[in-house]
Amino acid sequence: MTRRRIVLARVLACAVLPMAAVSLEARGANAQPATPGSTKTPLVAAASDLQFALDEIVARFHSDTGITPRVTYGSSGNFARQIEQGAPFELFLSADEAYVDRLTARGLTQGKGALYGVGRIVLFVPHGSPLEPDPGLRNLAARLASGESGRLAIANPEHAPYGRAAEQALRSLGVWEAVQPKLLLGENVAQAAQFASSGNADGGIIAYSLALAPALRERGTFALLPDTLHAPLRQRMVLLQRASPAAASFYDYLRAPASRAILSQYGFVLPED
Amino acid sequence: MDWTALGLSLRLGLVTVALLLPLSFLLARWLAFGRFHGRGFVEALVALPLILPPTVVGFYLLVAFGRGSPVGAAFEALFGQPLVFSFEGLVLASLLVNLPFAVQPMQNALAAIPQNVRDAARCCGLSPLQAIRKVELPLALPGIATAAVLTFAHTLGEFGVVLMVGGSIPGETRTISIAIYDRVQAFDEPAAGAMALVLLVTAVAALAITNTLARRAGKRD
Repeated sequence: MTRRRIVLARVLACAVLPMAAVSLEARGANAQPATPGSTKTPLVAAASDLQFALDEIVARFHSDTGITPRVTYGSSGNFARQIEQGAPFELFLSADEAYVDRLTARGLTQGKGALYGVGRIVLFVPHGSPLEPDPGLRNLAARLASGESGRLAIANPEHAPYGRAAEQALRSLGVWEAVQPKLLLGENVAQAAQFASSGNADGGIIAYSLALAPALRERGTFALLPDTLHAPLRQRMVLLQRASPAAASFYDYLRAPASRAILSQYGFVLPED
Repeated sequence: MDWTALGLSLRLGLVTVALLLPLSFLLARWLAFGRFHGRGFVEALVALPLILPPTVVGFYLLVAFGRGSPVGAAFEALFGQPLVFSFEGLVLASLLVNLPFAVQPMQNALAAIPQNVRDAARCCGLSPLQAIRKVELPLALPGIATAAVLTFAHTLGEFGVVLMVGGSIPGETRTISIAIYDRVQAFDEPAAGAMALVLLVTAVAALAITNTLARRAGKRD
């Protein structure tokens, strides 16, 4: 009996000790982000169309303040879902303000946030593609009609605002039905841009802000699509419940003239305050 | 090269191995020596992560440990942060998806120990615990080492589940495989390439080690 008890004790020790060690270690690892206020690395979730513009702003903010925001890029819809499920982000920059409004309605934000820009979409065509960058997509429509069209990359319209805008534009131009079997859906607009620029698709309808980035500029040409083709991509950012003062100062920094100038360089139409 | 992501992946791998090996050894021992009904069913459950799509595992983890679930709510009440989108959540996911990689090699190694050797250990008056320590553990060592190497390497490479329950938070849930995905989307192919190379070398090394161990175990039989 005693022997058995000793075995049990040892077994329990084997199972529990590492667990305790892990939770200690994990606590240590989390100490920084778990205590809002002291953190110097606020956690930011940003729509992937900001990939390049926000990196520039983050670099400037760091040299001005010593604070380094940790930014995760992805699709706005995914971020909204993750924030509802408790993801520890402090600031959310959404490509579609509807997601921010939904989080606000659920009491997950500090206030209603601020509009930081209105996004535009382009038809991006990589070098060597038979497509032509034309804002009316006439060349695309003709190629579809003749059945010789290759793939067209867009972001997934189900949860990516830029994908939704691309779908609306294709519908407005009357080619949605024809183009559907040819679509290549990126998980977010940056992935769609990656598909298009790497030549794995004949072209893509992607964010203007990405097409203007040096990494894409050297890989192809693009045509800005008229903003009448789709509902405006009103982009809103908001501080979330657990936002630290560092996150709040980054939020303020994003609204300052220097940051607005960078956003404008990347093709965002700036909102009137 | 994202050193934070590499460090995080290494930590996740080590923690997973440290936690999973003792638990899996007990489970493997039970499956190898136990005589009970429904063993086939338990073995199937253990093997399930091998064939289930990672998105399915990720979805059930979100449902089972998300904010709305009793487990998720209890964890949040205790530690003040949700289980999903945290390092702890990744550890939990990692333990589940690595179960077959840890259990199966150890179970095979234990099952290969001849019954008369185990009987002899008991006849010599060894307690069950002494028998484990002096007979089973040494004989099953190649299997245990294989389990450790496979679990570690597989944790480094896990992508789908981490993407679904992790959320790519730097220093918290952005593992090296997620970082590769992010870097490709950021048109940063050199960094993606460097990290992919790290994983490739790790995988080759892991397979080389496990094959060597298997050959050694085979020679001894």
